[in-house]
Amino acid sequence: MSVTLRINPIACTGHGMCAELLPEVIELDRWGYPVLASPAIPRPLLDHARRAAQACPRLALLVEEKAGKHR
Amino acid sequence: MSIDLHGPGLWYATRATGLVALLLLTVSVLLGILTAGRFARASWPRFLSQGLHRNVSLLVLAFLALHVTTTVVDTYTSIPLTAAFIPFAAAYKTVWLSLGAVALDLLLALVATSLIRQRLGHRAWRRVHWLACACWPVAVAHGVGIGTDRSTAWVLTLSLACVLAVATATGWRLAAAARLGRVQ
Amino acid sequence: MPVSAVTGGTTRRVSRLLAGLGYPPGLSGHERAYGPLRLPLRRPGRLVDVVEASGLTGRGGAGYPAGRKMRAVASGPGRKAVVANGAEGEPASGKDRLLLTRLPHLVLDGIALAAQAVGADEAYLCVHGTEGALLGHLDRAVAEREAAGLDRDSVPIQVTGIPGRYVSSEQSSIVQYLNGGPGKPTFSPPRPHERGVHGKPTLVHNVETLAHLALIARRGDHWFRGAGLPSAPGTMLVTVSGAVRRPGVYEIEMGTTAGEVIALAGGPAARLQALLTGGYFGSWLPAETAWPTPLTHAGLRAAGGSLGAGIVVAWPAGACPLAETARVVRYLAEESAGQCGPCRFGLPALADALAALAFSGARDGAIDAIAALLPLIERRGACRHPDGVTQLVRSMLTAFPVDAYWHQWEGACDGVRHPPLLPLPGDEERDWDWG
Repeated sequence: MSVTLRINPIACTGHGMCAELLPEVIELDRWGYPVLASPAIPRPLLDHARRAAQACPRLALLVEEKAGKHR
Repeated sequence: MSIDLHGPGLWYATRATGLVALLLLTVSVLLGILTAGRFARASWPRFLSQGLHRNVSLLVLAFLALHVTTTVVDTYTSIPLTAAFIPFAAAYKTVWLSLGAVALDLLLALVATSLIRQRLGHRAWRRVHWLACACWPVAVAHGVGIGTDRSTAWVLTLSLACVLAVATATGWRLAAAARLGRVQ
Repeated sequence: MPVSAVTGGTTRRVSRLLAGLGYPPGLSGHERAYGPLRLPLRRPGRLVDVVEASGLTGRGGAGYPAGRKMRAVASGPGRKAVVANGAEGEPASGKDRLLLTRLPHLVLDGIALAAQAVGADEAYLCVHGTEGALLGHLDRAVAEREAAGLDRDSVPIQVTGIPGRYVSSEQSSIVQYLNGGPGKPTFSPPRPHERGVHGKPTLVHNVETLAHLALIARRGDHWFRGAGLPSAPGTMLVTVSGAVRRPGVYEIEMGTTAGEVIALAGGPAARLQALLTGGYFGSWLPAETAWPTPLTHAGLRAAGGSLGAGIVVAWPAGACPLAETARVVRYLAEESAGQCGPCRFGLPALADALAALAFSGARDGAIDAIAALLPLIERRGACRHPDGVTQLVRSMLTAFPVDAYWHQWEGACDGVRHPPLLPLPGDEERDWDWG
């Protein structure tokens, strides 16, 4: 199972909470909007990622769990 | 030692817990304004405003639980438990008490929706959260209007300080939003 | 944009869609040109099979297999909706306008067929609301069909005007508008084919794709594959403009090379240095690279370009492509829906950086300033608007490195004074409002 991060760019208003709570993966660009280093979340950071998604004031950060790649 | 259910002890407890709840509610409102206004300093990250806002709000509920309990248990006045939630359910200072019930109901709505925010979705949560603008002034009115004791002077001063703080923060927030040309 | 009738030509030009241009306008001319259409379909599911077998791909720019899209919509639950996208946001494209003004019944046939094939109970034909005359013309065409009892068993086709903004012709924008919103791109999931107009699985196709569908339904998939390449079958409409003798819309077999298309359009009107293919979300290609490249999605991608909605602009040696790109990006920046930060702030910053490179005096780091912005913009929006812009700018830097460095070291070249070649709506024509 893989867990990925995704940002809803329409909902995002560049608040910046996510970059504070998950600095290993999220950085802010020059306009204050989040840049994902990579969509994949390393296992040890999963709880931090969930907390960041819960904290986002616009619920624009999404933690998505995809079933394994067998189709 | 037994608690005198008829004497002034419970009354002071009610007054005290109510005041603390109001102070904490004011702090919560201020923190909420800071969060929405994206306040941040090197030593004060944004998640601190948001986290404290959440925890202080829960603390308000805890003190309100005590406040309601001491009021209901007090046999000097016969205020039923329902009066804590339903306006006009008690004979004692009906109007001022009802304001307290309204404030509590609004606060419960705010906290409940915030706890299930991710399932509710941002838009619905936000619409309910504007009720905070009603909840806090109603709570202040309840606190100011219901007191008759001699300590009213310092209670009034405290209430005034709360109002000034929230007014200042609101002014700052509106000015910042106007500068940016948008309301977040 | 002048639209020329097809006369003369090379062996690579075919007359399938555009055959109807030689017949009088109206329903009877249409039926004489292409043959009548037998509706209702006896086996609607069969049409989806035929379209899949034909290899028809979307002609709106993305090139997604049309049959696969229809099957995805058809397999959804409940009733469906069909949307024909005739909005043609790209200013340099004229094929949709040609189809809708001269051959509307071909498109309307396609809509009726698609609606039956996927099981739709709603059908829309969308053009920009600013095109009052076109809307009236299409209403009359629909009325003509009703009077002839043509679409008696089909879903009524609602001709709809959508906002005139560039991003409003994107498929999720149209779906949002039809659902009562302002007509801006939306975040997916869900995609339109999953949940679109009024919550129904929605098939959104470009009007040219539906026109091809109308002919495939009459003549079959083998006939369709009789032109073009095995990997890219059929024909397509291309809009040729710029420094050519006969700019206009031409129908070609898929796989025709860019050089052959320029010849079709009368040959170059000046010495060409490059081609811009795919429109404003397309790419610049140096002339030598572009000339032998077959006009297919794969062929152009391999050459570093893109096909888009079949737009080819011939770029003369005397005009400055950096200046023109700066102009186009400024327009596209203003056309952003403004919903996503990286697009809303990044595109104007990119436009500024491009203008600085194109028009200002010599300035160190001008190219780096542009290159640094690109990864901050692409794939960070909800729709393809920012990606299209960065693709155009990247191709500019790849195709004209000498020009770029010259501008950085010497300042603006003489070519910036050349009159603008790429069409942009003038301010009076632009629709500044949403919905």
